[in-house]
Amino acid sequence: MSNQVAAMPRKTRGPWAVAFAKLATDRAAMACLAVFLLIVIACFSAPLYAKWAGTDPFASTLDAVIQIDGADVPVMEPSTEGLGLGYTPIGPTWQLGNYFLGADSQGRDVMARMLYGGLSSLLIAGAATLFTLIVGTLAGLIAGYFGGITDTVLSRLLDILWAFPIYLLAISLSIVTIAQGIRIGPIDIESGSLWLPVIIIGIVYVPYVARPIRGQVLSLRHSEFVFAAINLGVPGWRILWRDILPNITTTLIVFVPLMMALNMLTESALSFLSIGVQPPAASWGTIIQDGQALLYTRPLVALVPGLAIAVSVMALNVFGDGLRDALDPRSKVRLGRD
Amino acid sequence: MKKLLLAASAAALLAGTWLAPAQAEYLKEHRGGTIRLLARSAAGTLDPHINYTDQGWQMYQPVYDGLVAFRKAEGKDGFTIVPDLAEALPQVSNDGKTFTFKLRKGIKFSSGQELGVKDVVASFQRIFKVSGPTSGTFYAGIVGADKCLADTKSCMLDGGVVGDEAASTVTINLTKPDAEILYKLALPHAVVLPADTPAEDMGSKPIPSTGAYMISAFDPNKGMTVSRNPNFKQWSEEAQPDGYPDVVQYDFGLSEEAAVTAIQNGEADWMFDALPSDRLGELGSKSMDQLHISPLSAWWYAPLNNRLAPFDNEKARQAVAYAIDRNTLVKLFGGKVLASPVCQVLPPDFPGHEDYCPFTKNPGAKWSAPDLDKAKQLVEESGTKGQKVTIIVEDTAISRSIGVYLQSVLTNIGYVADVKPISSNLQFTYIQNTNNKVQMSVTQWYKDYPAASDFLNILFSCASFREGSDASINIAGFCDKDIDAKMQKALDLGVTDQKAADKLWAEVDRQVTDKAPAVGLFTPKRLDFVSKRIGNFKFNPQFNWIVTQSWVQ
Repeated sequence: MSNQVAAMPRKTRGPWAVAFAKLATDRAAMACLAVFLLIVIACFSAPLYAKWAGTDPFASTLDAVIQIDGADVPVMEPSTEGLGLGYTPIGPTWQLGNYFLGADSQGRDVMARMLYGGLSSLLIAGAATLFTLIVGTLAGLIAGYFGGITDTVLSRLLDILWAFPIYLLAISLSIVTIAQGIRIGPIDIESGSLWLPVIIIGIVYVPYVARPIRGQVLSLRHSEFVFAAINLGVPGWRILWRDILPNITTTLIVFVPLMMALNMLTESALSFLSIGVQPPAASWGTIIQDGQALLYTRPLVALVPGLAIAVSVMALNVFGDGLRDALDPRSKVRLGRD
Repeated sequence: MKKLLLAASAAALLAGTWLAPAQAEYLKEHRGGTIRLLARSAAGTLDPHINYTDQGWQMYQPVYDGLVAFRKAEGKDGFTIVPDLAEALPQVSNDGKTFTFKLRKGIKFSSGQELGVKDVVASFQRIFKVSGPTSGTFYAGIVGADKCLADTKSCMLDGGVVGDEAASTVTINLTKPDAEILYKLALPHAVVLPADTPAEDMGSKPIPSTGAYMISAFDPNKGMTVSRNPNFKQWSEEAQPDGYPDVVQYDFGLSEEAAVTAIQNGEADWMFDALPSDRLGELGSKSMDQLHISPLSAWWYAPLNNRLAPFDNEKARQAVAYAIDRNTLVKLFGGKVLASPVCQVLPPDFPGHEDYCPFTKNPGAKWSAPDLDKAKQLVEESGTKGQKVTIIVEDTAISRSIGVYLQSVLTNIGYVADVKPISSNLQFTYIQNTNNKVQMSVTQWYKDYPAASDFLNILFSCASFREGSDASINIAGFCDKDIDAKMQKALDLGVTDQKAADKLWAEVDRQVTDKAPAVGLFTPKRLDFVSKRIGNFKFNPQFNWIVTQSWVQ
């Protein structure tokens, strides 16, 4: 009896459960995930915040007057000394819903714009990440699995794309499309659409996903289970879908936060250069650009979105590292119970 | 024309004798030292026949000379044409089509060569040989210019610019009288260079000059050194006065913020670029005595494409003109000290300007407030409500702010508007390119010379619109045959009776304004911030601060 019990296979957890358990013990990764989720929740609440604060973050409100401690204060304060040159936007009131972070040079509530800006940055970075992963994975799968001329053509195309410095390519594509949008056949994207930065950022990072995926697929292509499937007459697309794709899923998952961080940085850079999100819409990059002209009097307008980008990117990178360690079977991170 | 020119000569002579003793005294006391100027970047090519920038033109004033010059004086006097390399203003004959200049003797280039008739003739040919930016406009009326424009390399201007070495005269023949030719000849594009100057853009290579100073070193990435011309002897104080500093050192590369700090610390004396908006309050209160505010003959405006919906409809254009709050724009530009609201094309105090504002709450002479009800009503009547409008602006803080404000105005009156900021280097060319189908944009126009035609004829004549070109300066695409005919009449009338012509230009200004091909936004003022040691600051309305007429010791 006892021998029988000893011979029974021990119930083990699946690889995903192990990975999640590993990840859960990585305090830094979990803390960063929490921080990032908080940012996401805050940004997605932007419309609610603007409604509650009674502010329109996209319209010029140069003549607006707000109340601070019972006193009427103009949002754009005129200089009253000397020659009376220039206007200075109101600084932080530290009152939520009442120009908490002050106003920008258009008299708009910086806090409301920060939240909307974060929403744009997150949506663009998220959508671009999805685009890159889909296109990059498809290219990597096809090139690696079919080989031959298909691989040669796809690899050279990726090489050409890779040969351009990322930002130079992104800036060039943005400049070309910024005024007229994209009109190719049935594809018609207006110049002010958020889809433009999504596609541009998505395209420039495709080789960064496609090349490692191709490498993995090449190696899987020569594994015994794939040969077996081929010899059994299983169609290629089915082998790709059922046998190869599941084996590269962990790589793809690790790519998500890292690509997201990269995309957020690229989007901010493009918007800062006026070739990403277009005014009056906001992104953290455009708010930094707006704040550049106020660095001397209202430095927070540029510093706060800069800080938001830094925190978000750092959170995503640390979480991405934790995720990679958790999904890597050779990882030295060990679970206490294992 | 002849009468006018004689009167101008007499006034010039009088003014010259009146100014001379004062300058002579001051020159001894304040002569010497180095004036240090700052700019974010160089002004492009050093070639005066090609450079078409305010920054370049300002620095050419103490360096190069033409046959005539704008008087180096403040206020309206600065718009007066005085003889420069020519002994006197030209003799006009052949019904205003022939101008004969007699050259002064003894003028030498900084290289030591003596100035002669051949240099003048060669310089006029060179304007065309290097395809100067105004060769096809300002100087196209010279006999033979058509051939030169068709074949630039072999340009001789046969019969157009004729030199007589023995008599030391140069005769310029025009195909038809041009009341503005002397202004055009006083611009840097018509300065006289040595005859052997290569007929190509000289880029970063200084060309020998006749003025009180010469460009002795230039690196587009670092700076420019302007030092005294060793061969200069003052011949006309009002055209080319001797200067106070020994050297003008122009450094490039500092940001506007850093330039302000450098001037505050006494490390530099002046900056070319506009003062950063976030420093205005501080400078206006703490450094009042170092600030100089001067009027500019300039126009910030929003061209509305008269050939594209919705602005091919006059009511839609007028609606925008009614809706824009000029006070808000003035506020964005830095306040009432730095800009004034406008409705019409011609700037205040400009020839032909008569106050006029039809698009305001109480139409009359001056703008008072926007009339949003009227604007909305006009949009309804035009049937253009809900149409999409894209506003193309420069990628600068002020232009972006104006674009965002205009976007909210258009949205408010019923359009679906968005703003596109485009790099400052590209925007002006982009909006001039008719293929880009720009509906609305924000831009500026600064006068080349003080004549109403420089605004009205250039910006709104039928000939200024060039379909398919990327240099269609009539950005609005406005063309009204009746107004065009009136502009031609005013140009012709200017040859004999400038006052009557200016009256006619005022009428043209009103008619163009009524049609609203573009919306006037505001007239800017120039704000110069100088170091504490700068003395004798003089602002010339044509070329801005007269650098070498200030002293630093």
